[in-house]
Amino acid sequence: MDFTFTEEQVALRDSINRFLMKEAAPELLREISETSGGRSRELHAKIAAQGITGLSVPEAQGGVGLGDIDWTLVTEELGYHAIPDSLVESSYVATALLCNVQEAGALREQWLPRVADGTAHISLEHPANPCVADAHLADLILAFRAGKDDALELHAVPGTGLQRSTQVSIDASRRLAILPQKLAASTRLLTGAGVQAIADATLDRAALAVAGQLVGLAQRMLDVSVDYVAQRKQFGKPIGSFQAVKHHLADVVTKIEFARPVLYRAALALQRGDRHRAVLISHAKLAAADAAWTAARKGIQVHGACGYTWEVDLQMYMKRAWVLDAAWGDRGFHKARLGDALMGNGAPLGPAATLQ
Amino acid sequence: MDLDFTPQQQAFRTEVRAWLRANVPKSPLASYDTREGFEQHRAWEAKLAAGGYSCVIWPKDLGGRGSDLNEWLIFEEEYHAVDAPMRVNQNGIMLLGPTLMEFGTAEQKAHFLPRMARCDDMWAQGWSEPNAGSDMAAITSRAIREGDEYVLTGQKTWSTRAVFANWLFGLFRSDPDSTRHKGLTYLLVPMDAVGITVRPIRALNGKQAFAEVFFDDVRVSVANRLGEEGQGWNVAMATAGFERGLLLRSPARFQRTAKRLVELYRRYQATADRDPSIRDGVLKAWMDAEAYNLASYHTVGRVAKGHRVGAEASANKIFWSELDLQMHETAMRILGPRAELIDDPEVHEWLEGFLFAQAGPIYAGTNEIQRNIIAERVLGLPKS
Repeated sequence: MDFTFTEEQVALRDSINRFLMKEAAPELLREISETSGGRSRELHAKIAAQGITGLSVPEAQGGVGLGDIDWTLVTEELGYHAIPDSLVESSYVATALLCNVQEAGALREQWLPRVADGTAHISLEHPANPCVADAHLADLILAFRAGKDDALELHAVPGTGLQRSTQVSIDASRRLAILPQKLAASTRLLTGAGVQAIADATLDRAALAVAGQLVGLAQRMLDVSVDYVAQRKQFGKPIGSFQAVKHHLADVVTKIEFARPVLYRAALALQRGDRHRAVLISHAKLAAADAAWTAARKGIQVHGACGYTWEVDLQMYMKRAWVLDAAWGDRGFHKARLGDALMGNGAPLGPAATLQ
Repeated sequence: MDLDFTPQQQAFRTEVRAWLRANVPKSPLASYDTREGFEQHRAWEAKLAAGGYSCVIWPKDLGGRGSDLNEWLIFEEEYHAVDAPMRVNQNGIMLLGPTLMEFGTAEQKAHFLPRMARCDDMWAQGWSEPNAGSDMAAITSRAIREGDEYVLTGQKTWSTRAVFANWLFGLFRSDPDSTRHKGLTYLLVPMDAVGITVRPIRALNGKQAFAEVFFDDVRVSVANRLGEEGQGWNVAMATAGFERGLLLRSPARFQRTAKRLVELYRRYQATADRDPSIRDGVLKAWMDAEAYNLASYHTVGRVAKGHRVGAEASANKIFWSELDLQMHETAMRILGPRAELIDDPEVHEWLEGFLFAQAGPIYAGTNEIQRNIIAERVLGLPKS
């Protein structure tokens, strides 16, 4: 029993934090998000050179083969620095999907070395999400589609020549699209009863990744709010000296403090394939969303009118928090899943129920 | 990261479980806020001590078992899983005990700790005064040195179970010219000393759950001082965070309540679901109890690596007190018009718990004070 991270894991997180602090400053991200593609080849190449795109890719395909626990620390950092969706979905979730599906051997060999070196991007389509993130960049799209008798099928759709209908998000860093209703039969990779389980596992991993980003975003919004209230003066004093303001931010600390261990527990559950992993991941997503939305609401409140402007960076973090809340299962989905498990037989109830 | 219990930890769990199954009272004890219930609880804790389980994290020679904090969490899980009684000497074992461990002389530790573990001595606390609640540094009760004794005058209040306790620990102003945090001394006072008057205060549940304590030239030996004269504030604060943060309310207690709440909801789901927010409250209770448990294991893991629990303990106190309130509010709403029937066997524990939960955000430092501590010591915001 040691519910803490290793020194190596902490060092990985710290190095990614330092790297992003330097290379992905808010001003730069804002500039990139205002371009039509919304992505910078230069920044992506730096991220790849840092090894982040290859974290999940097995060593055989040129990566380092890290698992969900390591990734959770990374997603916290990606959230903290408001890095757009494409990185997590391609390098973590889609990569893990290809690694876990036996029939995807050829796709693994073809695409994972290029994901690792940053020259290819994989997008994901899943019934939980109305749109596909970063489809415009995708060299490959892995799409879960209802097929015969509404059973899910997995398609591997080449990006070249694919029609995409662009959708605009309030989060300027998002690039969303809807794919054609009909996909060519030739793209069908997998059918049968097993596809649902793969789709569920993909949702679990993606929801965990979103939860990590939401915790990171909550921390960032707290940090920028603390900086603001410490320097902004009214009535001759920093507004951070007033209890009403202090208490807003103390509430955010408490939310984050009790979302993090839940996030880490969920990561461990997914990595080990624990029996209660779906419940624990839903819990993590809900707790992280609550922390991030609280941080956004309290953050804008203590920023006063400045918080309502386009100029102040807080808006970038708030918008990511607001939209990620419903990505990969909205609160209704995750609460329903949690509720069903708690009301059913074998529910993890009572002291230490989820630990044994 | 490893959430598996070691074979030793599993063996410890098995052993605790067997002992508790054989020894836990078969029917609930009377409220420890009554004389009868107080004595029943005291007898139970003496039995617990005889089994070696009263204070598992204390050293063996001081009445404990020498367990680490992981074993403490395991013990608490087993303890609450079998609905064992609440700890009547919690002021002693959870608040004073660790302070004695850190600041007591060898003689004080050897004398007081084993007696506390066995419930030979029952402890009340003497912090608050009529004009010193959240502003504890405003205390005016005095302890003036005369030779080998201190002479105590003044008044303490909100002293939990002081009606039945035989000892009191508290802070007194030993330097009459001092102000605020300076000039305070931490003393251990026998309640049968001449000049002490206890006036019970009835709590929300109608029972004498706490009391005012008056000191009228009470003489206390210098040997009963904890730490140095004038250093009482530091002594009191040094362990305050740790207790508030970890030991005072173990997560198992809340996980047990969350389990009971889910079961209550399942029994009355048809009526409960007429108010859609009730189900949400049930899910929140489970999630927050689980989060509190995981946060505790996370903290224990970091403590094992040398981390010292600091001001983040305040977030803990806010979290468990609000959780306790939220769970009991949800239960009251499920029980509906029956919730007022205090003698109804299904209602009783929920209603008593609901009343007690009202005190959670107030005692052990109000949640407003905890939020100030977080803002100033975790976030570094300026004092008001």
